[in-house]
Amino acid sequence: MTKEQRKYPFYFFALALGAAAVFPLLFLAVSSIAANWRFPLILPTEFSLRAWSYLLSQVSGIPATLANSLGIAIIVAAAAVLISMPAARVLALNEFRGKRAVMFLLILPILSPSFAVATGSHALFLKYGLTDSLFGVICSHLIPAIPYCVLLLTGSFSRLDTDLEAQAQSLGASPMNVFRYVTFPAIAPGLAVAAAFGFLISWSQYLTTLFVGGGKIQTLPLVLVSFQRSGDDAVTAALTLIFIAPAIIVFVVVAKFLRNAN
Amino acid sequence: MKIKIIASLFPALFVVLGLFLGGMILSAVNSLPLFTYAQVFVDREVQAAAILTLFLTVISTGLSAVVGLTIALLLHKLAKGSMLLQTLLQLPIAVPHLAVAFILLNVMAPSGLIARLIVSNPQDFPVLVNDAYGIGIIIVYVLKEAPFIALVVLTTLVRTGDEFGIVARNLGATRWQKFRFVTLPIVSPALAFSSLLVLSYVFGAFEIPYILGRQFPSVLAMVGNRKFSGTDLDERPEAFAIAVLMTVASSFFVWFYLRLGQNSEEAGKPSLF
Repeated sequence: MTKEQRKYPFYFFALALGAAAVFPLLFLAVSSIAANWRFPLILPTEFSLRAWSYLLSQVSGIPATLANSLGIAIIVAAAAVLISMPAARVLALNEFRGKRAVMFLLILPILSPSFAVATGSHALFLKYGLTDSLFGVICSHLIPAIPYCVLLLTGSFSRLDTDLEAQAQSLGASPMNVFRYVTFPAIAPGLAVAAAFGFLISWSQYLTTLFVGGGKIQTLPLVLVSFQRSGDDAVTAALTLIFIAPAIIVFVVVAKFLRNAN
Repeated sequence: MKIKIIASLFPALFVVLGLFLGGMILSAVNSLPLFTYAQVFVDREVQAAAILTLFLTVISTGLSAVVGLTIALLLHKLAKGSMLLQTLLQLPIAVPHLAVAFILLNVMAPSGLIARLIVSNPQDFPVLVNDAYGIGIIIVYVLKEAPFIALVVLTTLVRTGDEFGIVARNLGATRWQKFRFVTLPIVSPALAFSSLLVLSYVFGAFEIPYILGRQFPSVLAMVGNRKFSGTDLDERPEAFAIAVLMTVASSFFVWFYLRLGQNSEEAGKPSLF
């Protein structure tokens, strides 16, 4: 085999993965502007922007829901990273009794059925008057987000060179400056990946939002499911694209960090 | 030092123990009296759901693990560290489950895109969505979870490098022996841990069976949700009982995983925790 021929499987693989990635987006895009895409039509014959103009109008409530979802996911990502960071640092760099037990407890929520997490948070939040509130929904999203952030950040911190921090400190840097000029640059890729995961987890929560939000707090997954049930394919396709877009943008932004963080 | 460790762990532990375990304990309290459990156990809907849930969980996780491992090995062999391929592999992880389910529903339904390409009558097309065996559900899970497992395994492969495999081949190991005694032990902790995450997710998830499954038999999360959200408030304790039973089952999966880890640790291999 020549060197070129040996690369064929690679090209094939890249093409297959690429097609698998592009096809769904293309399909959704065509669906969203198709006016009559039913059996046995392989391609739609008429197009309309009805779905898009409806979704982008204030009447549909989608702009407000999108803002809700984005706001919640950004707050969850930031809070999950901030809460997980000190714990991850200690888990990565310190030895202490019960370390394995602590690690286990911290990732327990993602090893538990999400249905049980949803009923549990509903019951607990009902007791403290946190149901039907934005704050309650954010708290309930933190439950699955923190374990992922702890896992990812523990990986980043375990590759941190603490001698560099000690050197900066002995040269007179304040704790603030040590973090800003030594620690932060070293763990930044890991922080970006952890934040992206926090965002994505919150972004795609369904049952917890439904239970804790009690229908008062609308997010995109809830609206998407009800549109899907209603059977309007064009609107559902357009909404699915709106739902996918921020997730992909976040991921593309951190894709290069993900490699470094690993 | 000790105070610093406790102070650092406190915020994360507070959220996890306070919100998560607190909710779990309250679920258990709300499921009482114990008679609720008897009601749940004899409920035909719950029995059918338990069987279907276990079936879907085992099949989806097993297939995702096999496909994910295969993708990781192929990628490692064909394209060492190809940025493009790794990014493409990460993409499905970013696309939410609900979106994949909707696409699949429209592509694989008897009147969907594939059917339009190959049959002239929707009735001639096999039922792959909203079917009794959850085929559509399994496909969505494999599409979503196999890339995730592949990425975790690939990370381990890239980090470990090829040296052990090359040595084994030089010493006369066959391809199979190299896979069985070199590659598999290297990737098995990562494979086992990522599979456990997938298993736990699939076991408790609601959205995909809701969209691609049937009303009966449905999965435990769906039956639980029906009892939880129904107008009949008397059924709520049963929903909490289902949540508790599912948590017990999950704990059993984790216990099994930890035992596997212990055994491999005795054999000198690292485990993830």
